Amino acid sequence: MRQQHFEQAHAATWHRLESLLSVLEKRRVPPPAVPVQRLPRLLRSVGAHYAIARARGYSPGLVARLHSLVRRGYRQLHKPSQHWPRRMLGFVAGGFPRALRRHGCLFWLAAALFFGPMLAMGLACSADPTLIHSLVDSGQVASYEAMYDPTNRKLGRMPSRQTADDVMMFGFYVWNNLGIALRTFAWGLAAGVGSVFVLAMNGLVLGAVAGHLTQLGFGTPFWSFVSGHASLELTAIAVAGTAGLLLGRALLAPGRHTRAAALRANALQAVPLVLGAALMLVLAAVVEAFWSSSTLLPPAVKYAVGGAGWLLVAAYLGLAGRSRAAGQGPDDQA
Amino acid sequence: MQEPAPDATHAAADAAPKARVAIDTLRRLETPEGIEILLRLAGPVPRAAAFSIDLLIRVGAYLVLLPLAALAGVGLGLLLLALFVLEWLYPVFFELRSGATPGKRAMGLTVVHADGTPVGPAASLLRNLLRAVDFLPVLYGVGLTAMLVDQDFRRLGDLAAGTLVVHREDAGLPPSLPAHRPLAPPAPLGLEAQQAILAFAERSGELSAARRTELAALSGLAAAGDRDPAGALLGIANWISRGKPD
Repeated sequence: MRQQHFEQAHAATWHRLESLLSVLEKRRVPPPAVPVQRLPRLLRSVGAHYAIARARGYSPGLVARLHSLVRRGYRQLHKPSQHWPRRMLGFVAGGFPRALRRHGCLFWLAAALFFGPMLAMGLACSADPTLIHSLVDSGQVASYEAMYDPTNRKLGRMPSRQTADDVMMFGFYVWNNLGIALRTFAWGLAAGVGSVFVLAMNGLVLGAVAGHLTQLGFGTPFWSFVSGHASLELTAIAVAGTAGLLLGRALLAPGRHTRAAALRANALQAVPLVLGAALMLVLAAVVEAFWSSSTLLPPAVKYAVGGAGWLLVAAYLGLAGRSRAAGQGPDDQA
Repeated sequence: MQEPAPDATHAAADAAPKARVAIDTLRRLETPEGIEILLRLAGPVPRAAAFSIDLLIRVGAYLVLLPLAALAGVGLGLLLLALFVLEWLYPVFFELRSGATPGKRAMGLTVVHADGTPVGPAASLLRNLLRAVDFLPVLYGVGLTAMLVDQDFRRLGDLAAGTLVVHREDAGLPPSLPAHRPLAPPAPLGLEAQQAILAFAERSGELSAARRTELAALSGLAAAGDRDPAGALLGIANWISRGKPD
């Protein structure tokens, strides 16, 4: 068949596909009058025309045009599915805890790398008042001391900023803490070394500050400030570290895959962990900005809420999403 | 033919896929529909240009939002939130919406999975979070090194997420040959030569008259002494695509 006859025979089909595609490319949700259900069949026939045109050596312009139609159709056919609210809900309700439990061992390792140095440094700093200066520079130590001075009206802030808005601190916590968590994950790509470093270093500094302030007698303002959000924030950092270690493990111990394949597989499994950690940190920032800084409540109440927070976090991560035991639904990779 | 059009070289590669595997940026993959589609990978230069455009857009957004800082408390908080979103989620948002950030779209690039399907949420998040590593130590040092080493121009984020940055398919040439009285070729032509002539005919509108004549004379298909070798070539092209004059 000569090219001209071929074109005459099928031009109508190509035009139908082309007009359908240009509507689909412009509108996320096409109007009901658009015959979306025709796309697969149209694409199949145009795909066949493309193959024929190439095999018969029709003109490059025609082949290029058909190829472009096929690729545009392929893109529309395989568009990522939407339904964001439902997927998010499924993720929070069970997808995230399930994803974390699948890597329970790695989570405990990350937690040990984070809380271990924290405890050790905390104990050491509460015994030795000068030790903190080996880790944190003096200016920062002074600012921490000022923040938790029992004579402050607002907790966890510089005295000069006592009137600063809670919203500002919320923005700061989101920007700062989520940045740390996301980097903890990303630097896991350096064979996990980056994640281990960030986890241990943050653990050391947090432990040092806690130990130092307690030893100074600033314990009540400090602990009543941090108790509210500690459960969410610290756990989230450990979860982000787990995700980073997952990347590192792919490179150090790829198992029966090539390193590249192991990296792709593990990275995909790390996504829900990072997303979950990020959500926990946003929640922690809300608590930290609007609840922890308040001085109206007696410390005992705050300690009680803080303790309840740990129980809730443990229950959520340990138990949520178990009812669909074997379910590894599509929502696991939100 | 001295200067086969770029499309003609692909056609030539198609004719002998095993014999001549070209070292180029074209990747073939077969879709589940049984069609072989071609992806043209984007190298570091267009991607750097796309990044610069995105950077300008982000800086513009910062400048627009900067007056928020004057509102102290609430304004500063919102500014920091915006800073976080622009820093980490800007590319994810646009890649999920349309497959490319505004900068990539301006450069005609798009992000796809390794199987050619549009990038999804997990892969987009991954490749953009791992930007934090690719960006190190300065100006995408790690990412650029990875791109130059990898044969598919993937930075580390792309390697982990299994994504490719490719050129958006262009609409191609309008498949209309300039009409001419069909002329029989002086000798039977191979597929490769036929395609080169068709490509010439389709592109002849973009060439100057002198260049057309020069190329046509070089083809050696027009009779010696022919005063209009380009016309002769167009005639052969019409013969190939339409057959004998009725």
